[in-house]
Amino acid sequence: MTAATGCETMNEIGIGHYLTVAAALFTLGMFGIFLNRKNVIVILMSVELMLLAVNINLVAFSHFLGDLVGQVFALFVLTVAAGEAAIGLAIVVVYFRNRGSIAVEDINLMKG
Amino acid sequence: MSLAAFFFYLFACLTVLAGAMVIVAKNPVHAVLFLILAFFNAAGLFVLLGAEFLAMLLVIVYVGAVAVLFLFVVMMLDVDFAELRAGFIKNAPLGAIIGGIVAVELVMVLGFGALKPGLGGVAASPIPAGVSNTEAIGRVLYTKYVYFFQGAGLILLVAMIGAIVLTLRHKEGVRRQSVAQQVGRRPADAIEVVKVAPGQAIVPSGEGS
Repeated sequence: MTAATGCETMNEIGIGHYLTVAAALFTLGMFGIFLNRKNVIVILMSVELMLLAVNINLVAFSHFLGDLVGQVFALFVLTVAAGEAAIGLAIVVVYFRNRGSIAVEDINLMKG
Repeated sequence: MSLAAFFFYLFACLTVLAGAMVIVAKNPVHAVLFLILAFFNAAGLFVLLGAEFLAMLLVIVYVGAVAVLFLFVVMMLDVDFAELRAGFIKNAPLGAIIGGIVAVELVMVLGFGALKPGLGGVAASPIPAGVSNTEAIGRVLYTKYVYFFQGAGLILLVAMIGAIVLTLRHKEGVRRQSVAQQVGRRPADAIEVVKVAPGQAIVPSGEGS
């Protein structure tokens, strides 16, 4: 399904549609961070939502501009997101071991 | 409405709905399950965009590894979600304002004018015709972007080491082998020569090392 030749029947779904979906997801992710300031697991999940929105953007542009760079970049974003989720959750686990709760208001005690 | 358009609207609506439910769900396990639903529908969107390799990668890596990791942590920590939701209503207006501003900015940047076909100039890696998406990515990833590929591998290695260093702990009282210690045992530590008078008991003078 290449961009240059296969798009005649897909004229009704343009890049604007995909960008709207990505924008909605990104805004939801940001909203989630604001709403759940105490709950670090939902904050991490909101960050994953934002990264997903960015990936949708990248792949949409890759399709409509006929350029593979977008997909390669999305691949690397995926890699970094997975690594960051792993480390974030490891920190949450260790924090929980030491404090017994995951209320992040005391998380600045890890400073230094 | 063509079939592709129908599927686009289906996947798009489900993705956004699932994303909304992630941040609103009361039960953390439900929140993670809605995140998994969002990932699956985004993978469907990727397939519609012709990026099937990335779609499968999303399912295998994001859903299969990252979301499952979230589930493990959520189930392991046994958190009292109710008290963590305390700031929900208080922060909602500020969050809605900022979210609205970001949405307006996104629409302004991306919405004015359609994307003209020649806008991208010369594509950095044009999508070749006649090969599958996987092969097309492979042709470009290991040749032109090999340094980034190795860098991504390094990032994953560092993340793995970091996660292990953070969470590994040695429990007290668990006996384990120390091969160096075993090999370094000397006869003087293992054997003790005692002179025994006839008719007397042997009292060991303490544990060997």
